[in-house]
Amino acid sequence: MIELENVAMSYGGGELLSDISLRLAPGSFHFLTGPSGAGKTTFLKLCYGALLPSAGRVQLFGTDLRQMGRDDIALARRKIGVVHQDVQFLDHLSVAENVALPLMVSGRETLDQEVNLRELLGWVGLKGRADAHPPQLSGGERQRAALARAVIMSPEVILADEPTGNIDWEMSQRLLQLLVELNRMGKTIMIATHDLNLIRAAKGQVQARVLRISNRRLHLAGADL
Amino acid sequence: MRRPDLAHLTRFLTGDPQADRMVPPTGYTARLTVFSAAAMAFLAVFALALALATGRMAVRWGDELARTATLRISAPTEQIAAQTAAALRVLSQTPGVATARALSPDEQRALLAPWFGPDLPIEALPIPQLIEIVETSAGFDAQGLRLRLSAEVPGAVLDDHSRWRKPLVQAANRLRLLGGVAIVLIFGTMAAMITLAANAALAANAQVIAVLRLVGARDGYIAQAFVRRFTLRAISGAFVGSVLGGLAIALLPAAQDEGGFLTGLGFQGVGWLWLLVIPPLAGAVAFAATQFAARTTLKELP
Repeated sequence: MIELENVAMSYGGGELLSDISLRLAPGSFHFLTGPSGAGKTTFLKLCYGALLPSAGRVQLFGTDLRQMGRDDIALARRKIGVVHQDVQFLDHLSVAENVALPLMVSGRETLDQEVNLRELLGWVGLKGRADAHPPQLSGGERQRAALARAVIMSPEVILADEPTGNIDWEMSQRLLQLLVELNRMGKTIMIATHDLNLIRAAKGQVQARVLRISNRRLHLAGADL
Repeated sequence: MRRPDLAHLTRFLTGDPQADRMVPPTGYTARLTVFSAAAMAFLAVFALALALATGRMAVRWGDELARTATLRISAPTEQIAAQTAAALRVLSQTPGVATARALSPDEQRALLAPWFGPDLPIEALPIPQLIEIVETSAGFDAQGLRLRLSAEVPGAVLDDHSRWRKPLVQAANRLRLLGGVAIVLIFGTMAAMITLAANAALAANAQVIAVLRLVGARDGYIAQAFVRRFTLRAISGAFVGSVLGGLAIALLPAAQDEGGFLTGLGFQGVGWLWLLVIPPLAGAVAFAATQFAARTTLKELP
């Protein structure tokens, strides 16, 4: 579904990532780790078409990113849920509307989706906050709302960039739980994090592979973390 | 761009209330846009009135002056009567001349009165005899008439007014052109203002746009939220401006002979329908300007 082939990425002269190859298989669960500034966010951006690689090939759902127009990328993003550390919402809309945003922009909102929306909000524990506005949410609530927004289109892949960066351990556990559940439902998950405890916590519940970016390259980290 | 069919246009105007809510309302820029559109429409009304009035004037001057001509007979006093009779005979045989009439001494005196006063003993002076010619709608061949007159009435000089008419008609046409240029400039300025306002709105909503892109919104969807908003603002502002401009024109004094062309400024009859063109035109300009601004901005974003 997402495939990187000898991908390199450089910003103004300096190369941040080089010679990266990876195939995200359906239903896999990946952690992406590495020191701050190693290029985790850049890597994820390559995966959802927010950046074009300076060399190599990125394929989204079988199409070369370079062959895709802006509308093609928009359509591909409906199949990729993204959660950021500093997640952004439309602050003038309610939480429920923000979560339903992907449905609205794809023109797919219908009545039975309303039910789905309520279920989804219940699943992430935000049922009581549906009418609140994003600035009123706590860090953990924001992350869960972001996750709900990322999965409402029932995407095939979920990319999370430091989803637990701003929240406490208990909340991190809860968020991880939700991601593990999604993986069990067949979704492909990729979580960028520098929180090794989170990775350890996941290991017991799911078959996760740990990727590590160091020295501009992607390595498969040992199973013994 | 897609060809705008009627259904598409209706859909655009009624809009997608959800898509509209994606972009937070902005009171300040909205009011500025409406005001600019209203002011520009107000000015456009006057430019339009100028263009139409000068157009009418060009036609009128062309028509009225073209239909009359003057024959002047300068000859020794004893020959004037004979030459006048000869000229009138020639004119009566000329095709295209409806009537030809020698001005009476009283009429000639009235013409000269502004310069010499009313008591001029006109009979004692060697002033030329004037013959007023009224043409038929077909007109006469001035060149042919001149040739014939030079043979039969050596003292006759034909003035078909084209000397006067041409610069006047030319001036009127030039004014009409200026009115047209003013209209183009007004709508160009409106496009520039709306582009600036749209760019400001797009920049102010960078976060909204980033979120919409992230969740898979197409550029067209995002652009439409802005385009529709600015188009409707321009239409409503231009509507108010056209109504006010139209009222101001209607309240101008009506056309009078004494006022010359200034009082003729305005719309006549179906000319008023031109006012109806301004709001949709403003809408079209706003649509194109915002569409361009949005597409250009969005292309730069991931």
